Amino acid sequence: MKYVIIGNGAAAVGTVEGIRSIDTNKENTITIISSEKHHTYARPLISYYLQGKTDPERMKYRPDDFYEKNGCTLVAGRTVNKIYASSKTVLLDDGTEIGYDRLCYCTGSRPFVPPFAGLDTVDKKFPFMTLDDAEALAGSVTKDSDVFIMGAGLIGLKCAEGLYGRAKSITVADLSPLILSSILEENTSRMVRAHLENKGIRFLLGDTVEAFNGNTAKMKSGIEVKYDILVLAVGVRPNTAVIAECGAKVNRGVQTDNKMFTGVDGIYAAGDCTETFDISCGQSRILALMPNAYMQGECAGVNMAGGSKDFENAVPMNAIGLIGLEISTAGSYCGTVCEKKDDDCYRRFYCENGLLKGYIILGDPCRTGIYTFLIRNRIPLDSVDFESLMADPCLSALGDDNCKCLESVV
Amino acid sequence: MKRIFINKQWCLGCHLCEFNCAFANSGKTSMVTALKDKQVRPRVRVEEHGKDTFAFSCRHCKDPICIKSCISGALHKDNGIVRIDYDKCVGCCTCITVCPYGAIARGDDGVMRKCELCVDNMDGTPYCVSNCPNGAIVFEERD
Repeated sequence: MKYVIIGNGAAAVGTVEGIRSIDTNKENTITIISSEKHHTYARPLISYYLQGKTDPERMKYRPDDFYEKNGCTLVAGRTVNKIYASSKTVLLDDGTEIGYDRLCYCTGSRPFVPPFAGLDTVDKKFPFMTLDDAEALAGSVTKDSDVFIMGAGLIGLKCAEGLYGRAKSITVADLSPLILSSILEENTSRMVRAHLENKGIRFLLGDTVEAFNGNTAKMKSGIEVKYDILVLAVGVRPNTAVIAECGAKVNRGVQTDNKMFTGVDGIYAAGDCTETFDISCGQSRILALMPNAYMQGECAGVNMAGGSKDFENAVPMNAIGLIGLEISTAGSYCGTVCEKKDDDCYRRFYCENGLLKGYIILGDPCRTGIYTFLIRNRIPLDSVDFESLMADPCLSALGDDNCKCLESVV
Repeated sequence: MKRIFINKQWCLGCHLCEFNCAFANSGKTSMVTALKDKQVRPRVRVEEHGKDTFAFSCRHCKDPICIKSCISGALHKDNGIVRIDYDKCVGCCTCITVCPYGAIARGDDGVMRKCELCVDNMDGTPYCVSNCPNGAIVFEERD
């Protein structure tokens, strides 16, 4: 059996560990093809790298001996140009062909840059997706830099946090009138924005660039922004071109079943390039989240190796700190809202049909996993003391029956 | 593998395990220097809900969602024990968001802390167990 994995991030590592949980025979080789030259690293940590809280050595997502221990060959710095599904081979950009029996497509996503007028006149511009991007940005920014970040989503704002204190000023623009619109609703978005403005971050919202000219951006609103460094964090797009060509179904992301199988013989897919069925809203969507990528990869790996595993309780969840404010979110924001406020924590819950559907917590993230458990396992709220849980998440308020169920879910 | 369990009917809710835990993990030889005037951050906690009280710590799950979810690769298994590489952890709190037991919390230095069964502490056995006055916390093999 020959396994090939395209990609070297969390989904790929999950695939390797999934395969080896079933197939421990290292003669059944795993070839990992990665366009980046690095050992597998924790991509979301690039903002912590800018902050000086970690470094490339510590950012390694698995130990140095990971590939060797798992019987993997890493082909780094190469991209796959084609998958020939009929002959079960992949063609690399240097002309090499590699055969497979089982393939996992874990290609992730890439920055999406709209065709802004005059973008080519900007000297120092950076995406913020990879370790190389972060290193280039870190090498360019100085205490005198005025930084302009396009995009007030997770990537743009984590970049702002990473640069906070390292640059003279940070301005963030977004077409949306709300920051973090993918994980917050209006009220919490405004609270987080007020916190960041208080720290000195300037926002231009509901506005976008009409044209760049060197170190100046002219906004649609007429405002001019002067900057030394431009960060492009407008959005990302899943890398689906190669797998679409070989016959897999692709909507916004690659479509798979619960076993992460694409429907094309021997080919599985996992991670940010795929769509996942989000049980909190009952819809298929791209959940570009590292835990999700790992669990999808692990599920794919088990099935590729002949085991049987389903991935069927995905919910979106995020834990993100922004210059001293902790934000924890999970699920979907539909149904009745319940709020709990105290001095240093704001909690917002969404309940529908007797189930917890989602939450947003600003402040201390203490034991939020208990709320995520309620969402993920669809625990009927009438079987728990939810009033008490909202104020203080604890196991004892779950009741004995649900605690018993806990033992079996993990 | 031996894990920590609580015999609920014997737990008085005295919270001594919390102090013993914080002391055992302080690296200090005196409980006073370890805990006096400090914020106590135990890795075991006593839950109280109505008449119910019980001490609770990491289950060292067979299939731990915290390890799968860790974005830095800091959480890992070592001889069945779920452990944290403090050098790698950046304190993102993703593990807190997924642990269904609420068994992980932030330490004074901003990175995560959880019960690691006292493997590096004192005599290498869980201090909450050996010092529970009522023998309610036990360290044993169960299915």
